[in-house]
Amino acid sequence: MLLHAMLRRIAVGIATLLVVSVLIFIGTSVLPGDVANIILGQMATPESLAALRAKLGLDQPAHVRYFFWLGNLMTGDLGVSKAGSGFGTIGTPISEMLVPRMWNTIRLAGVVAAVAVPLSMALGLLAAMYPGTRLDRIVTFTTLGLISVPEFLVATFLVLVVAVYLGWLPATAYMSGNETGWQLVKALAMPTLTLVIVASSQIMRMTRATVLNVMSSPYIEMAILKGVPRQRIILRHALFNAIGPIVNVVALNLAYLVSGVVIVETIFAYPGLAKLMIDAVQTRDLPLVQACAMIFCATYIVLIFIADMASILSNPRLRHPK
Amino acid sequence: MTETTGKTGAAAQFEELPDAPPRRRLQLSWTGKLGVCVVVFWAAIVVAGPTIAPYHEADILDEALFVVPGSDNPYPDTDYQPPSRVVYLGSDYLGRDTLSRTLFGARTTIGISLASTLLAYLVGVTLGIAAAVGGATLDTVLSRINDAFLSMPTIMLGLVVIAAIGSTIPILIMLTGLIYATSVFRIARALGLDVMVSDFVEAARVRGEGLWWIITREILPNVAMPMATDFGLRFVYVILFISSLSFLGLGVQPPQSDWGSMVRENLSGLPYGSIAPLVPALAIATLTIAINLIVDDVSAHAGGKLARRMI
Repeated sequence: MLLHAMLRRIAVGIATLLVVSVLIFIGTSVLPGDVANIILGQMATPESLAALRAKLGLDQPAHVRYFFWLGNLMTGDLGVSKAGSGFGTIGTPISEMLVPRMWNTIRLAGVVAAVAVPLSMALGLLAAMYPGTRLDRIVTFTTLGLISVPEFLVATFLVLVVAVYLGWLPATAYMSGNETGWQLVKALAMPTLTLVIVASSQIMRMTRATVLNVMSSPYIEMAILKGVPRQRIILRHALFNAIGPIVNVVALNLAYLVSGVVIVETIFAYPGLAKLMIDAVQTRDLPLVQACAMIFCATYIVLIFIADMASILSNPRLRHPK
Repeated sequence: MTETTGKTGAAAQFEELPDAPPRRRLQLSWTGKLGVCVVVFWAAIVVAGPTIAPYHEADILDEALFVVPGSDNPYPDTDYQPPSRVVYLGSDYLGRDTLSRTLFGARTTIGISLASTLLAYLVGVTLGIAAAVGGATLDTVLSRINDAFLSMPTIMLGLVVIAAIGSTIPILIMLTGLIYATSVFRIARALGLDVMVSDFVEAARVRGEGLWWIITREILPNVAMPMATDFGLRFVYVILFISSLSFLGLGVQPPQSDWGSMVRENLSGLPYGSIAPLVPALAIATLTIAINLIVDDVSAHAGGKLARRMI
C-alpha cells in the first residue's frame, strides 16, 4: 500500500514536470523573434536566417521542436546561449555556463539549510514549549514582521547594519569563483545571513503552530492529567508526532528558498544560477532562460514531492489509506 | 468592516425574525486600528500624492538649489544629499527628490497591485465557483490546469513571461493577476464546494431554484467574508511580488517611480549613509505589515478557521 502511494506520487511528480516543461517551452518559443533572429541580430538576412534555422532545427513545427528540446534536455544537452555568438559561431553551450554557477548556488543553499533548519526548529520548539512567555512573544512578533516584508528589504537593512554601521563585512560579494578559506566565508556571509533570516522565520512560525496543534490533542491532555512533566511531554509525546509535519514544513520552505535565492543573488551580485537567469532575462537570452527555469522548477517540484512523502510516511492513516 | 452598511430591504426584514442570529460587530484590537490608520494614510497618498509632492517624480533637481549652509557655495553634487529644507527626505542617485518619488511611487505600486489583485479575483473566483458548481469533468480539467501553474514558483513564471514579451504596466498587471488567480481559484473552489454540499443549497435545489440563483443568493454571500480576508493577504503578496520584480529591474521601468525599483536604484547609496533606499523600503514595510494586522483581526473575527486554508 505504501509502495503504491509512493509510486503514485512519483508518477504525479513526473507528469507535473512534463506539464511545466510544456509551459516553459510555450512561454518562450511561440512568441515572435526566434533564437536565430536573436543570434544574428543586426546581421540577419533572409538567407542566413533560413540557414541558421535549418541548422538549429527551428524550421520544424512547434510540437516537433518541443520533443527535440525535451530529448536534448534529458541527455544533458541544454542548447546554446546567445552569449558569445557572432560571425561563424552560434554561442556558448549552456551546460558549460551552468555548471560552475549551479555549484555556487548549491553551496549557498546548502549552508543556508544547514544553519537555518536546526536554528529555527529549536527556536520554534522553545516558543511552543513556553507559549505566552516573553520569548514566545518576541519570536511571534519578529517572525510576523519578517514574513510580511520582501526579501530585498531584509537584505537592505542587513547591509545597512552589518556593512555600513558596524563595518564588519563588505556590502557586496564580488566572487571570482576561486576563493578559498576566509575569503570565501566573507563572501558567503551576507547572502547566507539574509536567506537564513528569511527562511527561518517561516520555519519557526510553522514549527510553533504544528507543535501547539499537537499539544491540543487528547493524548497530551491525558499526559498532563497523569502529571508527566512538561519537558517530557514535549520531547517524548508531542515532538515525535510533530516530526512529519515539521519535515513537511522544512521541505516546503526550502522550496520557497528558490525565489529567495533569485533576489539575494541579485542584491549581493553572487555569481549563482539565479543571477545567471536574471541576466538572461534582461538580455532576452531565451534558451538560457528556459534551461534555468527548468532547473529551478524541477528543484521546486522535487522538494514539494519530498514534503509530500514526509507527510505520508509520518502519518499512519495516510500510510494505510482505507 | 462594512458590517453595519448594506442592510437593504430584505436583509433588514430577516433580522427582525426572532430566530435570526445576532450580528457580531467586528471589534478591532489596537494593532488592527493602527493598521487601519496606516492603510488610510497610504490610500490618501495614492489620491493626493502627486498634488502635494514638491517636485515631479522625474525632475532632476538643479544644482543651484543645494547651497552649503552659511555660504553661497553650492554642493559639488546633487545626488545622495542628506535631508534638508530643499529636499525633505534627501535626494536619490540622480539627484531627484526622494519624497516626491515616494509620493508618486505610491500610486504606481499600490495602483498596479490593486489592479492585479482585482484581476486575480475576477478570474479566480469566476473559475473557482464554476469548478465548484459545474460538475466533475469541468472541475477536474480546471483543477489540473491550475495545479500545473501552481507547481512553478511564482517568480519563475514571472521571469519566463517577462523574458519573452518584455515588461510594460499592462503586461505586469495581466501577468501578476493571472499568477495569483491560481491561488484564488483554489480557495474559491474549496469554499464553493463546502457550500454546495450544505443543507440549505439542497433545500434550494428541491425548491427548484436555478443554478444562477443558487450561485448569487447562496454561494456568493457565504464565501464573501472568507474571501474578503484572503483579499487582504493576497494584496500583500502581490505588493511583495511587484516590488520584487521591480527590484530585479524587470517591473516598472524608469523614469516612473515605484517603491521596489527605488530601493534597487539607490542601493549604492547605502555605504554613504544615504536614506534614499530606506524611505521606499519603509513605505513597503509599513503598508504590508498594516494590512497583515487588519487581516489578523478580521480572521480572528471570522473564527480563525481561514488561517489553515490559506497557504
